[in-house]
Amino acid sequence: MTPPTLNPLLWTVPIIPLLPLGGAAINGFFGRRSSKKAITTVALAFCGLAFFAALLIAASFSSAAAPYSFPVAHWIRAGNFQVDFSFYLDQLSLVMLLVVTGVGFLIHIYSVGYMWDDDGYYRFMSYMNLFMFFMLTLVLAKNYLVMFIGWEGVGLASYLLIGFWFTKDSAASAGKKAFIVNRIGDFGFLIALFLMIKHFGSLDFTRVFTAVRPLSPETAGAGLLTAIGLLLMVGAAGKSAQIPLYVWLPDAMEGPTPVSALIHAATMVTAGVYMVARSSMIFERAPMAMMVVAIIGTLTALFAATIGIAQTDIKKVLAYSTVSQLGYMFMACGVGAFSAGIFHLMTHAFFKGLLFLAAGSVIHGIGGEQDMRKMGGLRVYMPWTFLTMSIATFTIAGFPPLAAFFSKDEILWKAYSSPYGSWVYWLLGVITAFITSFYMFRLWFLTFFGDYRGGNANDAAHQPAIAHAAHDHSDHGHGHGEPHESPWVMLGPLVILAILSVGGGWVGIGGHFEHFLAPVFQSGATVEMAREATGEAAGKGTETLLMLISVGAAFLGLYLAYLLYQKRRDLPAKIAQSLGGLYQAVANKYYIDELYAVLFVKPVVDGSTTILWHDVDQGVIDAAVNDSADAARHISDNVRHMQSGNLRSYAGWVAAGGAVVIAYMVWMGVTH
Amino acid sequence: MIPLSYYLLLSGILFACGVLGFLIKRNIITIFMSIELMLNGVNLSFVAFAAQWHALSGQVFVFFVMVVAAAETAVGLAIIIAVYRTRETLNVDRVNLLKL
Amino acid sequence: MLHLILFLFFGTICVAGAINLLAQSHPINSALSLIAVMASLAGEYLLLGAEFVAAVQVIVYAGAIMVLFVITIMLLNAGKEERTKGSRIAILIGVPGVVTGGVLVAWTLLHRPDMQTIPIGALKGDPSDIARLLFHDFLLPFEVTSVLILIAIMGAVVLASRPEAIARPHHSTAGPQEIRELVATGKDRR
Repeated sequence: MTPPTLNPLLWTVPIIPLLPLGGAAINGFFGRRSSKKAITTVALAFCGLAFFAALLIAASFSSAAAPYSFPVAHWIRAGNFQVDFSFYLDQLSLVMLLVVTGVGFLIHIYSVGYMWDDDGYYRFMSYMNLFMFFMLTLVLAKNYLVMFIGWEGVGLASYLLIGFWFTKDSAASAGKKAFIVNRIGDFGFLIALFLMIKHFGSLDFTRVFTAVRPLSPETAGAGLLTAIGLLLMVGAAGKSAQIPLYVWLPDAMEGPTPVSALIHAATMVTAGVYMVARSSMIFERAPMAMMVVAIIGTLTALFAATIGIAQTDIKKVLAYSTVSQLGYMFMACGVGAFSAGIFHLMTHAFFKGLLFLAAGSVIHGIGGEQDMRKMGGLRVYMPWTFLTMSIATFTIAGFPPLAAFFSKDEILWKAYSSPYGSWVYWLLGVITAFITSFYMFRLWFLTFFGDYRGGNANDAAHQPAIAHAAHDHSDHGHGHGEPHESPWVMLGPLVILAILSVGGGWVGIGGHFEHFLAPVFQSGATVEMAREATGEAAGKGTETLLMLISVGAAFLGLYLAYLLYQKRRDLPAKIAQSLGGLYQAVANKYYIDELYAVLFVKPVVDGSTTILWHDVDQGVIDAAVNDSADAARHISDNVRHMQSGNLRSYAGWVAAGGAVVIAYMVWMGVTH
Repeated sequence: MIPLSYYLLLSGILFACGVLGFLIKRNIITIFMSIELMLNGVNLSFVAFAAQWHALSGQVFVFFVMVVAAAETAVGLAIIIAVYRTRETLNVDRVNLLKL
Repeated sequence: MLHLILFLFFGTICVAGAINLLAQSHPINSALSLIAVMASLAGEYLLLGAEFVAAVQVIVYAGAIMVLFVITIMLLNAGKEERTKGSRIAILIGVPGVVTGGVLVAWTLLHRPDMQTIPIGALKGDPSDIARLLFHDFLLPFEVTSVLILIAIMGAVVLASRPEAIARPHHSTAGPQEIRELVATGKDRR
C-alpha cells in the first residue's frame, strides 16, 4: 500500500462526500425560509463542487501509485478489532466516483426545473444532497463498515425521496416498502460482516483481501467464503432489486422522476453491483456463490423483462427495465467478468438516467399523465425530448455503435466464454436482450408515434388494471393545454446524457476499460489464469458470431414492436385476449406482491398484532404499570384502616410494639 | 432485706395496670389518670435503683419527673376541657375525626 | 421481717388501688383510687429511705395533681362511662401485648437468683445533699423545668379559656349570641 501521494489534490477525496452533506444541512435547516434561488444555488454549488473535485482527482490519478488510502479518524477500537473512518481510491472507486458525481450533478440540474413549483422544493434539494453524501461515502469507503454507513444512508435517502409526497398514502407506503425490503437484505449483509470479523478480524478491504488471498477456492463444497459470498449477495439483492427482493423498485416509482433517475437507475441500485465487484476476491474463491449470483442475475433479467412487456405506465416499464439490466450486471459478476459488470453499470447510468429524465420531461410536458395509452405522437410536440429519448432507446436495445452495445455485448461474450459461464446464461441473455429491445421500442412507438390520445391531464377515470400507478402529480397540473416541450434547464442534462450514451461505450473498445480496471480484480486465483487462457482460446470468430446474434436480436425486437404498435395497432389486444390467463399473470407482475403479502406480510402483521401488541405491549408492559398502580391502590386501601382516629387502637398498636421490643431485648439478654 | 426485684415487680405491675387502663377505658379523664399511674410506676423503679446504687441523683430525677407530670397534667386537662367544649362528649371513641 | 410486712402492706394497697382504677366506671371513683395508690407509694418511698421524694409525692402528686383531676371531673360533670364499641384492635392486640410484655419482664426479674437485696431505709441523704445536687449539678434542668411550668401555665390558661374571654376589643359589646356566631365562623380570634 502506497503512502498518501505527494499530490495534494488527491487529499480532497475525504472532503468530497462532505460537500453535499454541507449542502443538505444548509438547505435542510435554512431552506424553509430561503428563496428558491438561494436553495438552488446551494444545492447545485455543493454538488457541482464535488463533481469538479472528482474531475480534478481523475486528472491527477495515476494507476501506478494507486490504490490510495486516506485515513481520517479513529472510530472503533475494541481489543484487537478496529475500524476507522478511512477512504479509499482505486480505479474501481474512481469510476464510481465519476459516475455518481457526474450523473448526480446533471440530475440535480434537471430537478431544478422539474421540482420548481413544488412546495417542498427545499426539502427535495436537501434530500438529494443528502443522498449524494451517503452514496459517495459508500463508493469511497475503505472498509465494509463505512460502506455500510453509506449503504444504510442511501436506503434512508431513498425512503425519504420515494415518500417525498408523503401526504399520498401510496407514496408513503412505497417508501416504507423500499426501506423494509432493503433491511431484509441488510440483515444478510450484516451476517456476512460478522463472519468477516470473526474469521478475518477486520473489516478493512486490504486486510480482509490479504487474508482471503492465500485461501484456495472452495470447489469441493460450501465453506466460509461461500457463506460470506451468499450473504453479501442477499444484501446486494435487497439493494439492487434482484429476485426475491426486487418488489420495492416498481413501487418506488411513486417518487418524483428525478429520484427514479438518480437513485433507482443510476446510482443507488448499482451499489449492490459495486459491492459484489469490490468483494471479487471473496467471490472468486467461492464458485458456488458465483453460480448463485449468475443464476439470480440471469433469472431476474429475464423475469423482469417479461413483466415489462405488459406495463402501461411509462415509469413502470423503465423500472422493470432497470431490474432487468441490473440482472445483467449480476450475471456478469457471477461469471467472473467484474469489469464488464462495472462497464455496464456505467453505461446504464447514462442511458437509464437519460430514459427516466426524458420520461419525466414527457410527463411534465403533457401535464402529469403517465399512462402510455394516453400518449402518442409526441415527437411533434417535444422534438428535443424525442431525439434524446430515441438515442437512449436505441442504446438500451444494444444497437452499435452506441454505448450499451459494447457493455452488453461484453457481458454476453463473457457469459459464454468465461470458465464460470455457460451457453445457458448466454442464451437467456440474448432472449432477454430481444425482449428488452421489444418493450423499449413498444414504449417508443406508443409514446412518440401515432395520434395523440391524451385528453385532460387530471382525468380521474384511470383504469386500475395494473397495481398502483400514481398518476396525479400535484405539481404538474399545467392545465389542459397542448403538450409542450420542457424548459432548457431540463433539456440540457438530457442532451449531455445523450452524448454520453452515444460515446460512453467507446472506452471499452480494445479492452481499454477492462485493462484500466484490471488491477482491482486481480485476485490471483488460479481460476483467473485459466479464464484468460480460455478467453483467448475461444477465438475471435465465435465472439463476432455472438455479437451478430445479439445485434440481430435487437433488430428483431425493433421490428416486432414496429409491427404491433405502429403498423397493425389492433394486434396487441387480440394477442392479449388469446393468451388469456398468461397475459393476465404477466400484466399483474405474476402476482408476486400478492404472494408476498400472504406469505410474509400478513403473518408478520398478525403476529405483531396478536403477540407483540396484545400480549406483550398491553399484557406485559401496560399490565405491569397498571397492575402496580392497582396494587398500590389496594394496599393503601387496606392500610388506611390503620389510621382510624381512634385513640385506643393507636394505643393498642403501641402496646403491641412495645411487647415486641421487650421480647427482643429479653431474647438478646438470654442468648448472650 | 427485700430483693430489688420485688420493687421492680411492683413497679411493673403498676405500669401494666396503667397501660391496661389506657386500652380499656373510654373516658378521657380516666385514660389520663392511667398515664399518671404509669408515671408513678416508673418513679418507683427510679427510686429503687437509686437505693441499690446509693445514688442520690435517682431521687432528683424523680423530682423532675413529678414536675413534668404536673405541668403535663395542667395542659392535658386544659385540652380535655377544650375538647369537651367542642365535642360535647368525654368518650374517646366519639372523638375520632379531626373535623366535625 | 418487718420490712417485708410493711412492703407487702403498702404494695397490696398499691395494686388494689390500681385494679380498682380499672374496675370503676365512674371517673371520680377512679380518681380516688389513684389517690390511694399515690399515698401507698409514698409509704414505699419511705421504706426505701427517700423521705424527700415521699414528701413531694404526697404534696405535689396526691395533693395538687389529683386535686386538679377531681376539680376537672366535677367541672365537666363527667358521668358514668358509656359502653361504646370502640376499637377491636386495642382489645385484640393491645391487651395481649401488654400481658406478654409484663410476663416477660416478670420472668426476667424472677429468673435471676442473684438479685441484690435492699435494706430498709437504704437511701441515705439529707435534704441538704439533695439541695446540693439540685442547685449544683442539676442546675440547668432545674431552671428549665421552671420555664416549663411557666409555659404550662400559660398554655393551660389559653387552651381552657372561653373564646369570648379573649375576643377582639370591638367585639366586647357583643352579646352571647353574636359571640357564638363569631366563634362558629372563626372570626373571634385574630
